[in-house]
Amino acid sequence: MDCDRIDSILESYGYDHSAIISIMQDVQGIENYIPEEALRYISEKMELNLARIFDIATFYKAFSLEPRGRHTIKLCCGTACHLGGAAQNLDQLKRTLRIEEGGTTEDRLFSLETVNCLGTCALAPVVVVEEDYYDSVKPGSLGKILSTYSSDSED
Amino acid sequence: MERITSIADLEDLRNSIFAKRDPAMISIRLCNTGCRARKSVKVFESLEQEIREQGLERKVAVKRTGCQGFCEMGPVMVVEPENIFYCRVKPKDVAEIVAETVQAGNVVERLLWKDPDSGEPVVHERDIPYYKKQQKNISNSTGRIDPTEIEEYIAVGGYSALSKVLSTMQPAEVVDTVVASGLRGRGGGGFPTGLKWRLCAAAPGDVKYIIANGDEGDPGAFMDRSLMEGDPHSIIEGMIIGAYAIGAGQGFIYVREEYPIAIEHLSIAIRQAEECGLLGNNILGTGLNFSININKGAGAFVCGEETALMISIEGRSGTPRSRPPYPAIEGLFGKPSVLNNVESFGNITQILLNGADWYAGIGTVGSKGTKIFSLVGKVNNTGLVEVEMGTTLREIIFDIGGGIRNNRNFKAVQTGGPSGGCIPISKIDMPVDYDSLREAGAIMGSGGMIVMDETSCMVDVARYFLNFLLFESCGKCVPCREGMQQMHEILTNICEGRGEESDFDLLTELANFMTTSSLCGLGGTAGNPALSTIRYFRHEYEDHIHEKKCRAGVCKNLFTYAIDEELCNGCTLCAVKCPEEAVSGIKKEPHTIDTEKCIKCGICFSSCKQKAVVAV
Amino acid sequence: MSISRTRYDAVNRIFCDAIKDEAVKIPIIIDNRMVQIEQGTFIIEAAKKADIVIPTLCYHEAIKPYGACRLCMVEVVQNRQRRLVTSCNFPVEPGMEIFTDTPGVRKIRKTIVELLLARCPGVSLLQTMARQMGIDRPRLKKRNDKECILCGLCVRFCEESVGVGAIGLSNRGTDREVATPFKVASDVCIGCGSCTYICPTGCIEMLPDEKTPCLRSMKMEGHSCPSCSNNYQCDSCATDQEFLVEMRRVVSEFRNLAEKAPS
Ligand SMILES: Cc1cc2nc3c(=O)[nH]c(=O)nc-3n(C[C@H](O)[C@H](O)[C@H](O)COP(=O)(O)O)c2cc1C
Ligand code: SF4
Ligand code: SF4
Ligand code: FES
Ligand code: FES
Repeated sequence: MDCDRIDSILESYGYDHSAIISIMQDVQGIENYIPEEALRYISEKMELNLARIFDIATFYKAFSLEPRGRHTIKLCCGTACHLGGAAQNLDQLKRTLRIEEGGTTEDRLFSLETVNCLGTCALAPVVVVEEDYYDSVKPGSLGKILSTYSSDSED
Repeated sequence: MERITSIADLEDLRNSIFAKRDPAMISIRLCNTGCRARKSVKVFESLEQEIREQGLERKVAVKRTGCQGFCEMGPVMVVEPENIFYCRVKPKDVAEIVAETVQAGNVVERLLWKDPDSGEPVVHERDIPYYKKQQKNISNSTGRIDPTEIEEYIAVGGYSALSKVLSTMQPAEVVDTVVASGLRGRGGGGFPTGLKWRLCAAAPGDVKYIIANGDEGDPGAFMDRSLMEGDPHSIIEGMIIGAYAIGAGQGFIYVREEYPIAIEHLSIAIRQAEECGLLGNNILGTGLNFSININKGAGAFVCGEETALMISIEGRSGTPRSRPPYPAIEGLFGKPSVLNNVESFGNITQILLNGADWYAGIGTVGSKGTKIFSLVGKVNNTGLVEVEMGTTLREIIFDIGGGIRNNRNFKAVQTGGPSGGCIPISKIDMPVDYDSLREAGAIMGSGGMIVMDETSCMVDVARYFLNFLLFESCGKCVPCREGMQQMHEILTNICEGRGEESDFDLLTELANFMTTSSLCGLGGTAGNPALSTIRYFRHEYEDHIHEKKCRAGVCKNLFTYAIDEELCNGCTLCAVKCPEEAVSGIKKEPHTIDTEKCIKCGICFSSCKQKAVVAV
Repeated sequence: MSISRTRYDAVNRIFCDAIKDEAVKIPIIIDNRMVQIEQGTFIIEAAKKADIVIPTLCYHEAIKPYGACRLCMVEVVQNRQRRLVTSCNFPVEPGMEIFTDTPGVRKIRKTIVELLLARCPGVSLLQTMARQMGIDRPRLKKRNDKECILCGLCVRFCEESVGVGAIGLSNRGTDREVATPFKVASDVCIGCGSCTYICPTGCIEMLPDEKTPCLRSMKMEGHSCPSCSNNYQCDSCATDQEFLVEMRRVVSEFRNLAEKAPS
């Protein structure tokens, strides 16, 4: 945990209690998840009830209290993508990666997340790995998508 | 950018922007927001490079715009002033476009949009049926201007509504104009915006807030995204006008974090407006003080609900609270607040520019103006369409949307997102406005329009929305949290072949119960998808319950995959791809599927080029 | 739903007459009885004045209303419009007529108890309520075997009345639950035991912990609220008054101690 960076984030929001969600988003930006100590640290520094922080951290799905994999796969389960077969894509991903939604593979290479619509419904069904969008994804094309990311892990 | 200190300065600036423009300049508009998902950034880079290499910098300007609407055809590009429309543009096409169109003035025919029926290419954007039948008032600048340049917005008349308001109108007149326009909120509920403003303007208190709702949680809807990304200043302008009308000094825009480009473009726009003196203290020298903050959502659909959104800005978990007190009297931080959808603010700018009468002349008796819909699903032309209220579903889906994909049949269109309903073919000639939709058991919602064909199972659709809401419910009140769980279980049972006749009554009862007793609109409308599908597609439920069949081939327990011997040419593709080795057969002979081994992953179904794999 | 013109006029006349008599308070009609009450008080308090019992699960007069259980719904007729509202947090307004026991209201209450019973089949309070409402055979499938009904009383009491905030709500939707942060013993809990007292289902247990020096308990043995003889009308309950006094004593004792010996 990087206390200095957290301090400067807290500073930039002036320790304002109402900014706690933005603060937590920024802190999550450091390591792509928020460790428990970080939340305890924020609570102490801001003099803000830990129960409220814990509520926020578990209520909003953007926050992760567990470390995530190197590549985050976001599979859209919005209506357009659902009709396009997102559920079958999800099943296929779960089978090949052997993880559940929200899970991370054992080698910490991939985390699998579902999202509710990325606003690119015209291209449904959509899968996003890191920042790369894949449109009109079919269960059969997932293997190829994954392999572009698994191969670059060796370097 | 210099600070603009008076209304006259703003007009001078506008004129000087025009004066600087070279009318002979060719401008290429390229979508840099929605089409980024189809690698439009690469196209842009190649284009810039090609223009540099050919030494054409003085002759051509490339404009990175917001969404141009026809996302299906992305990345889309329009060459102005000729208005030539190119679609599905790849980086490798760029050299040809520059050589042929920019330098030689010819049209690259293979990149044109072609009419699917006649195969005839259409050269100009304005002649394509998809665009021709739309009426773009609110989304007009989106896709035409570079949203990251305030000059571009000012050049198309931006901030003139604001200067008109500040120089000629009293706050009460602004409110009256909005009331007279008949504008109803675009965020879902359809509450008259003017009345909301009037209530808040009259509420006692010196500190008031104005908030734009850019949470756009409805899955399958992305018009708010395109506005925020493609025309952020129009939202800001609407908010400043609103702030003046109700007396707010501080505004907030709540944007969902799944929209990083929207957040980026709004931040840039706010910064530029501040630098120009259009936000901050003493706006345009009129003494008006107003500034805007952006709040990023953190992945909670319920935060689109007004009280939850305010509680979220206050820094808590976004659970709705009971009204009264109404936000217009006691809202954000306990102060009188107005919350409007971002598209509503886009409308405000137009209304004050063109007058209430102009606006009230568009649309139907109860629903004024135009509305942007996101037309997606099993329709040929997916994308954003803006039409006059009262346009029929048929016009939208068949004339603009080009009908159903893959020559299949229309089954239903779902409007209003998870709170909405499914409308069957018998109502296809219904005008689309707030009241007709409600009568049909759906709602306008934020404007998502999801088209379904015979491969969509309506029981599954109802279950899908309940599943979505179950996950997104805040979990505070009993009807929503517990009632939805029960409904979801019943629907799951039906989808998995354990349904019973008595399920109809229980589903209906629970849905009605949640409507009357839930705390907020999420639980209050959660029953709609189930109610509307039972109303129009009862036979599909009956198939699932009595015959144990899902004819659409969606509910896994209720169908099996088989190969049509007539159609199969034995290409072996499915056998190779099947992860479970459930397909067998000799090359060039019809294949068969072992239903015992099949896990219904659908790979064979989607990969067969002969469409020989069928769900039975 | 609109009501008949004659009825509307009749009600209006009564109000007009009544307003003449009373300047500060406003008259409202509740179950055909008139009460004078200050504008802005919640319906439930007005009902109490008229000796009308409205069942509640998430309401306690010592803390702010929450509006989550929806058991306290009543029908309100105002401006000739009839609608259902939660009485624990809906303020009375002039011209309001309230019905606390209509078929519609009874049906909602019944469904709520059925739903909660499906969530928490073992909770005796819910079983009693179900019996009183004449629910004999469960129509809804048992979903869970939880004890917490998520009324939020414990959390709000700890925060608002005790002023500590040791427990909170976490997660959302069907996973919403009451928990201490990170589900480990809270370091700010003063051990007053308010949560265990206030919980209507008796699902919070205090585990004495050697390491928490300030753990103190209220002398409230023998008062087990999950089986209430007073129809769960806490505000007219002697035990409840006793509890509030005792809770405040414990809290102030804790505060004094903490002030004297800063860690
Ligand atoms: C569960 C729920 C989700 C909502 N989500 C949104 C949303 O994403 N965007 C939006 O503008 N309004 C949303 N609304 C509607 C808002 O509560 C509010 O009515 C609206 O933003 C008001 O703006 P308008 O009057 O301009 O429509 C939602 C309402 C509910 C009950
Ligand atoms: S209806 Fe659902 S989302 Fe709304 S307050 Fe109740 S539980 Fe929360
Ligand atoms: S633990 Fe008890 S008091 Fe707390 S929310 Fe659950 S039922 Fe209510
Ligand atoms: S539904 Fe998947 S991007 Fe909108
Ligand atoms: S007591 Fe009113 S909602 Fe629970």
